[in-house]
Amino acid sequence: MQQSKMNIVIAGVGGQGILSIAGVIAQAALAAGLRVKQSEVHGMAQRGGAVEAHLRISPDPIFSDLVPIGGAGIVCGMEPMEALRHLPHLNPENGWIVTAAEPLVNIPDYPAVETILAEIRRLPRHLILPVNEMAKAAGNVRSGNMVLLGALSTRLPLPETALLDGIARLFHAKGAAVVDVNLKAFAAGRTAACA
Amino acid sequence: MGDIRLLLGDEAIAQGAIDAGISGCYAYPGTPSTEIMEYVQRTPQAAAKTVHARWSANEKTAMEEGLGMSYAGRRAIVCMKHVGLNVAADGFVNAAVTGTHGGLVVVAADDPSMHSSQNEQDSRFYAKFAFIPSLEPASQQEAYDMMAYAFELSETMCVPVLMRITTRLAHSRADVRTAGTARAANPLSMPPDAKRFILLPGIARRNYQGLLDKQPKFLDLAEQSPFNTFTDGPDKSVGILAAGITVNYLRELFPDGVCPHPVLKLSQYPWPKAAIQRLLDSCGTVMVLEEGAPFIEEALHGALGLSPTITGRLTGALPRTGELSSETIARALGLPTRPGLQPANPVAVLRARPPRMCDGCPHIDAYKALLDALGDTGKGHVFADIGCYTLGALPPFEAINSCVDMGASISMAKGAADAGLFPAIAVIGDSTFTHSGMTPLLDAVAHGSRITVLILDNGTTGMTGGQESLATGRLDKVCAGLGVPPDRIRAITPLAKQHAANVEALKDAIFGNDKGVTVVIASRECIQTARHKRV
Ligand code: SF4
Repeated sequence: MQQSKMNIVIAGVGGQGILSIAGVIAQAALAAGLRVKQSEVHGMAQRGGAVEAHLRISPDPIFSDLVPIGGAGIVCGMEPMEALRHLPHLNPENGWIVTAAEPLVNIPDYPAVETILAEIRRLPRHLILPVNEMAKAAGNVRSGNMVLLGALSTRLPLPETALLDGIARLFHAKGAAVVDVNLKAFAAGRTAACA
Repeated sequence: MGDIRLLLGDEAIAQGAIDAGISGCYAYPGTPSTEIMEYVQRTPQAAAKTVHARWSANEKTAMEEGLGMSYAGRRAIVCMKHVGLNVAADGFVNAAVTGTHGGLVVVAADDPSMHSSQNEQDSRFYAKFAFIPSLEPASQQEAYDMMAYAFELSETMCVPVLMRITTRLAHSRADVRTAGTARAANPLSMPPDAKRFILLPGIARRNYQGLLDKQPKFLDLAEQSPFNTFTDGPDKSVGILAAGITVNYLRELFPDGVCPHPVLKLSQYPWPKAAIQRLLDSCGTVMVLEEGAPFIEEALHGALGLSPTITGRLTGALPRTGELSSETIARALGLPTRPGLQPANPVAVLRARPPRMCDGCPHIDAYKALLDALGDTGKGHVFADIGCYTLGALPPFEAINSCVDMGASISMAKGAADAGLFPAIAVIGDSTFTHSGMTPLLDAVAHGSRITVLILDNGTTGMTGGQESLATGRLDKVCAGLGVPPDRIRAITPLAKQHAANVEALKDAIFGNDKGVTVVIASRECIQTARHKRV
């Protein structure tokens, strides 16, 4: 575990499950006795538009609900262009950018994905994973958000068990099989981040 | 013993209201206020029916229903987005004149930066306009704590109390310590002086004077409010007046949140004049930080232009519009900001990604049919409304020409038809229709205005996440009841395989309409709602 203060920006497209990523981390932080602020986008943008969640955890009181520019230890994306959109939030000294490699193309002028990935690779600390492919291998292509959470988890100041509990609680209502797939997806992301 | 929960600002308000012993929550869904009612509906108290928690037809009915519950001695909370308060304004302003019996708290959620709204109006003006106290919590915890206070305030002063929040608080979660117990609900009781609810001029004049007489007391309460706090600081080059959540952005800039300037945190209105005067006297200059309009700042400048001792949104120190942030405040105070990394070539790698209708959305098929039915009629004939279908304004559809306020599709189509425009078509969703579409339809029927109304019945209030819609499935009967002749109420099913038939039906409705109103109801369930029902 690292310092227990952490700012994270989670980006994606409405419907990709970024609020679930933020929710699991926030609950785990609360369980660990930390303070939490988690700002999220509801409403119109959730209809397939660009969405983001700002998540802040700390042992001390947290003031702003938003991560300051240059203040994020992690900027992560369920989608590479959306991750890159939040680059100004990344801490230039120590921030990691963690993103799905696969683009979500729902606009006519989506840029060449290779150019986007090349921009991300330029950064000293980046992790690009075929999140959707890994989710499929884990049993459900829609659990990509849990792959991404797994990939982030090694850099969070939180015990893995708290995150696993959070996932189990989040999917509990959908049955044991769904919980299982999501835990598998998380494990795949976590292993890839350690590699 | 209380417990600590992770709650959205909206949820903290709901939990606070429940713990303050409400008997009713009245609301119409609207971002960023929707989650208040949704939280109340999820609680055991609502399930046990000790708290009435159903969506109302619109904010005005919600407001008046809340007032009715207050009349009967019980506590009620009424929730809406900022523009909803325009709809509720008649009841809201006059509830201040009748006064309340059981506690009545109105929550208006403002949306600076217009994340999901058509304007960024500031609800604090409404509280001032109605001569009632208002509260503006700075954090989720304070939002929770303020609810008990707000209901006490309402009951002791016999007026409704407005709580004003903004999107950032509404939709941010934080750890909130709750009381863990709920105050018992008030018993049913008649107001001892029930006549004051009859606003005949003679009574209204007396009530209004009574309301004005309470103003010094409201000011006093704000001066002493536990939520208006002064923190001294050694650097008196400027004093800072920070309203609501702006104090967080300010404190963010300093180690351990300790601002070197004197700070007056303001969360209860009318603004405390003496406290502000003290801040101004000790520093000479005051910077005003407030979300939304320069509400306090403008008053401090005075009527005749800008004062050299006040800075803020009006003087250009801060942006005139949009949400504030720790960065904008840092710049105003001359503090360094981090530049933030940028892609080497932003233009090559970043594109706007506006919202769009879901794949498979029934509105898509309705718009495709409408566009084909209109053929080469040309642009400018379609008046639309507020909902997911407003996204039909964007490519590839570009199917609509207006979106103003709830219900305006039908009224504007009617006005344009009265002016001679043909065809004049209104596109409106089922929930928006029951919110504010029925009355203009009545106008159009009564006046014989030549319009076609396309009601998109997706069975829900889709844009805000699928809340109950009150007349879905019986819109034909509603229209018939309003006087649309039965042969001019048509039904289509917006599905790709029905496209040709739908185009014909719409052509016939629009161009076969030689006089009066024709209604076409396009019914197919929102696919998001349908999906949620399956799991
Ligand atoms: S939420 Fe429902 S109504 Fe709204 S765009 Fe999606 S499918 Fe259509």
